[in-house]
Amino acid sequence: MSDKAEVIHTRIWKETPEPDNPFATAVCYCAGYDVYGDLLGKASWIEYLFLLFKLERPTRDQASLLEGLAVALANAGPRDLAVHAAMSAGVGGSTHASCLMAALAVGAGQLGGAREVALAMDYWQACGTDLEAWRARLKNPPREERADVWLPIEHPPGFDPHGASCPTPVRQTLGFLSDCSPGKSLIFLRDFRPELESVASYPLAMTGVAAAALTDLSFTPSQGEMLFLFLRLPGAAVHALEQEIYGWRRFPFFANGIKLKNHPQS
Amino acid sequence: MSGPERLLNAENNWISNVGACFPGEDRVVFRDHDLFRDLKDLPWMALLLYGITGRLPSPKQVRLFEGIWTLCASYPDPRLWNNRVAALAGTARSTAALGLSAANAVSEASIYGGRPEVRAIDFLYRIRQQLALGAELLDLLKNELKKFRTIAGYGRPITHKDERIEPLMALAETLGLSGGPYVKLAFQVEELLISNRFRLQMNIAALTAALAADQGMSRREFYHYLILSFSAGITACYIDASKKHVGTLFPLRCTRINYTGNPLRRWQK
Repeated sequence: MSDKAEVIHTRIWKETPEPDNPFATAVCYCAGYDVYGDLLGKASWIEYLFLLFKLERPTRDQASLLEGLAVALANAGPRDLAVHAAMSAGVGGSTHASCLMAALAVGAGQLGGAREVALAMDYWQACGTDLEAWRARLKNPPREERADVWLPIEHPPGFDPHGASCPTPVRQTLGFLSDCSPGKSLIFLRDFRPELESVASYPLAMTGVAAAALTDLSFTPSQGEMLFLFLRLPGAAVHALEQEIYGWRRFPFFANGIKLKNHPQS
Repeated sequence: MSGPERLLNAENNWISNVGACFPGEDRVVFRDHDLFRDLKDLPWMALLLYGITGRLPSPKQVRLFEGIWTLCASYPDPRLWNNRVAALAGTARSTAALGLSAANAVSEASIYGGRPEVRAIDFLYRIRQQLALGAELLDLLKNELKKFRTIAGYGRPITHKDERIEPLMALAETLGLSGGPYVKLAFQVEELLISNRFRLQMNIAALTAALAADQGMSRREFYHYLILSFSAGITACYIDASKKHVGTLFPLRCTRINYTGNPLRRWQK
């Protein structure tokens, strides 16, 4: 294959060059829309985000749902594992990119993270709004036959293994999003939450609400995983920046929080 | 324990199995040893393996596992996708740590690197267990192909023969570590696949997995050991790109984008 034949194939993006420079863009099209000559100033950020993923404009309901989800996920607060990771980078004066990479690495996980959301979306794809199917899958979750880089998940995805009851913000988010959802998943989750929590043995978590919302927006689990990863970055960014200013002396070090299981023999 | 009870018990209370530092006492505990007193003469690979497995490796094992890294994982070619990330970081004048970290994370791929390696050792462990129960190897291979359409550690895109097998086997033979049951099994699988016309030659993932299994590495230990294995090539690619003119690593002109999406349209308010 010659170098000239090697191109990037995409259904998302088209560019035409400036006449004086083949590497400078004159017009950028996203899914057919002229981004800087037409879309800019007309589309909201949320509409553009939806367009990038789905290649079509969102309906009013879809835009409202995605916007509500984006607000709900933007900041999990400084106790959240991913935000804690970002602050741990920030407090030591690490590069700002590393703060976000730290948040992504931790926020990618199977406890409160994007992988959990993707797995929960697999549940939605398999069970839909069939309560019996949910019962069966929660009681007998699918297991990988082969080892993988991911460890097997240790709790039903979308539920909180450390929860006592469903926390208020989770219920508030579920209530708001189910009211504006064009789909059936959030409404089903709102209506059957106690039954599902009972079978799962754990209360619903924010990841479960996000998975239902992303399913109602017709995102695939992979798309949902990506969206969940970056929709949570604003909180990680601002908390990292704040701790960078406050400095390590004011940040928990857990000075007396560690004990050794084994001590070297003297 | 259920609900928040585990968190309540863990609050400000982390029991470490791997060690800690004691700044006021000039002391660092690394697993069961004092780092400055007991481990000060270890090669870095030995310390890495000790951290991963909790077992102090023999000098021959250190040489083998370092040799796997040297021979098998660090081709300094910026066209390879993980290396390319570091090279792009270099050409964009990002930092080396960011480029290296991202490239290492990218190495946990599905078509190369992390996932095939884990699957390869998992395959060997599963197959040997089933053989011990009386299964026929050919039946197991057919079943594996039927279920997963591939056999981890066998077959390779672009070329059939893996050029790394010969030098790695030579090293393992020199060290007297080439004759274990998993290495024998890995070659048996290859022979059977070829003689039954499946056209799947062994690739380096199967051999490294077999050598590691023969040294008693678990699936997870093997996975953890491999994570940094690409670093030498990745770092070299970053440096090369960072020393050349900015932005000149494989620049793409606008017409190198082949758009196949929706026709042009207007955004109606």
